[in-house]
Amino acid sequence: MKVSLFSTCLSDILFADVAKNTLEILERVGCDVDYPMEQTCCGQPAYNSGYLEEAKAAMKQMMKAFRHSEYVVGPSGSCVSMLKEYPHIFAGDPEWEEEAKVFASKCYEITEFLVDVMGITDLGSTFKGRVTFHSSCHMKRLLGVKEQPKILLRNVKGVELVDLPWEEDCCGFGGTFAVKNPVISQEMVSEKSRHVAETKAEYLVGADMGCLMNIGGRMEREGKKVKIIHITEILNTH
Amino acid sequence: MSIKIGEIPYKERIQKGIKDDFMRQAVSSAQGRFRTGRLTQAEELGNWEDWRNLGEEIRTHTLENLDYYLQQLSEQVSRRGGHVFFAETAEEANQYVKEIILKKQAKKVVKAKSMVTEEIGLNKALEEVGAEVVESDLGEWILQLDEDPPSHIVTPALHKNKQQIRETFAKKKGYTGSDTPEELAAFAREQLRQDFLAADVGVTGCNFAIAESGSITLVTNEGNAEMVTALPDTVITVMGMERIVPTWEEMEVLVSLLTRAAVGQKLTSYITALTGARLDEEIDGPEEFHLVVVDNGRSKILGTEFQSALHCIRCAACINACPVYRHIGGHAYNSIYPGPIGAVITPLLEGYDDHKELPYASTLCAACTEACPVKIPLHEHLIRHRQIIVEKEKKAPTAEKLMMKGFAAWASNPSIYNMSAKMAKPALGPWTKDGMIENGPGPLKAWTEVRDFYAPQGQSFRSWFKQRQKDGESK
Repeated sequence: MKVSLFSTCLSDILFADVAKNTLEILERVGCDVDYPMEQTCCGQPAYNSGYLEEAKAAMKQMMKAFRHSEYVVGPSGSCVSMLKEYPHIFAGDPEWEEEAKVFASKCYEITEFLVDVMGITDLGSTFKGRVTFHSSCHMKRLLGVKEQPKILLRNVKGVELVDLPWEEDCCGFGGTFAVKNPVISQEMVSEKSRHVAETKAEYLVGADMGCLMNIGGRMEREGKKVKIIHITEILNTH
Repeated sequence: MSIKIGEIPYKERIQKGIKDDFMRQAVSSAQGRFRTGRLTQAEELGNWEDWRNLGEEIRTHTLENLDYYLQQLSEQVSRRGGHVFFAETAEEANQYVKEIILKKQAKKVVKAKSMVTEEIGLNKALEEVGAEVVESDLGEWILQLDEDPPSHIVTPALHKNKQQIRETFAKKKGYTGSDTPEELAAFAREQLRQDFLAADVGVTGCNFAIAESGSITLVTNEGNAEMVTALPDTVITVMGMERIVPTWEEMEVLVSLLTRAAVGQKLTSYITALTGARLDEEIDGPEEFHLVVVDNGRSKILGTEFQSALHCIRCAACINACPVYRHIGGHAYNSIYPGPIGAVITPLLEGYDDHKELPYASTLCAACTEACPVKIPLHEHLIRHRQIIVEKEKKAPTAEKLMMKGFAAWASNPSIYNMSAKMAKPALGPWTKDGMIENGPGPLKAWTEVRDFYAPQGQSFRSWFKQRQKDGESK
């Protein structure tokens, strides 16, 4: 299967390991993976801040970059849910409407792709540790991907998965919200940090680096000993 | 009082909310209860999504035919001896009610909880013409005694505890009892009974008006709406123009959604229905009935992309699901409509000048959209508000505008993007210690004020990938 990797700008620039793990997992399950170098950012920071024109500039670039792809797979529920919004955003645009529809229909979050498209629920991975899972809002509510990461995690040998209290709640990242409303964001992420600490997990697993860097960054500041880890890092073990 | 509840600036309101430990504890535990209740009910029902779809369909249909149903309602109310007045503005509505009060020479007005009368500031208007106004919803009564605005749509005094309530009763009503809820409620009951009996005029809101029969219905858990509609000789119902359903059948569906979504109840304790004035053979009900249908900006929303905001049945499920609300409380929104729905409708009704921060008081986590029983896409409306604030209202900060222009240039130009990916690590080097940045430069500053920032791990993924391809080719 031919798959194009969507690294997301965050993983590309800050957390390259996440994109590497995603790439390697896709290759391990037999995909023929390419990485279009013309890709940049999904446009969400501008879109969610109300800058539609600026967001569209990014979106058009993304559609051009993946024009020839069969599948576009990325390690972030939030960024992928943004890609899925393109048809809605370009509705009525004679030049881009159709392309946006085609583009959105081939985009998948990595765990969604593995479980729903490839039909894989067990990657034969081994990872020792007590982990808790933060299901990100956009992945869960906007993309509708809830069970797939947990199915995959449960099948990892050695993983002890414990429930995160108030798992449904946002961590307070919200893209620019974190810096536009730092006071509220701090309260939200501190609460999340308390809930993570309560689980006594060694690792906080997520499928979105945005949320993880928010929670992890706060827990570092508070001196709490939990390691944030993207789900692909656990899945990409043998 | 109007929609806006004070003059304190946004940032101070946030601080005030966050520092109010009691309020936050109360809100948090109430949210936990309401949310669990709602989810349990949804699960028990088994087909919650079908119910939501039906709810949405009913609301959409009604709003798309609003003029038809309002006319039908008006005809039916008139046929049953009631008077109908369509008020375009808050002033018109208040003026109409004031005239009735003056004509009746009413000294005492007793009210059942109504958001729309809060919205138009009716209490103050009535006091201006010398009437004593008594709120009869327990929460509203407490707030009225304390001269405090509501902080929640369904449980307006959510932010107060029983000790505070005891103090208020003692100070304002000479209460000498304990702070047990039973004793406090018994005291309120005893006090309010006198008011119900002495009132010349009753004023109510309206959960749903039924077009086919010309009835108004009220959902309460205290039965106070029964008293307000049954005892005074004159009853005036004030309703937002969108609070209408075609028939009793749709009302039944929406009430089922309302009570489940609001507090996790299958059914409410009281559904009060009032159809026109008392007939000769009837033993209770008002001699005179007036229905005031308030527009106050609503018709401007009809036919726009925000129309679905008028679906709202005031259940507060969005408020109960919102983590931002949990931390800042209702007063921080500075609107009688707080939480996500408040952030959507307040600027629609009252403009952006005083409320431009509200659409940003959300992480767009969509918990509100998920909770809404009539499927208002609340988080999408918030994004749309932001677009209007940026593009049409031009109220965005200059620094942000520049940054977003920069974003567009960066994200639409792979060579600029590539350069930044390459430069990120060395550029952030001076601030990096053990892979973390504790005090970042420029835009990172706001982030690192409250949390560490992860410095780039090594080379960017794309550099690594290029290298890997090259290595592969040379093998």
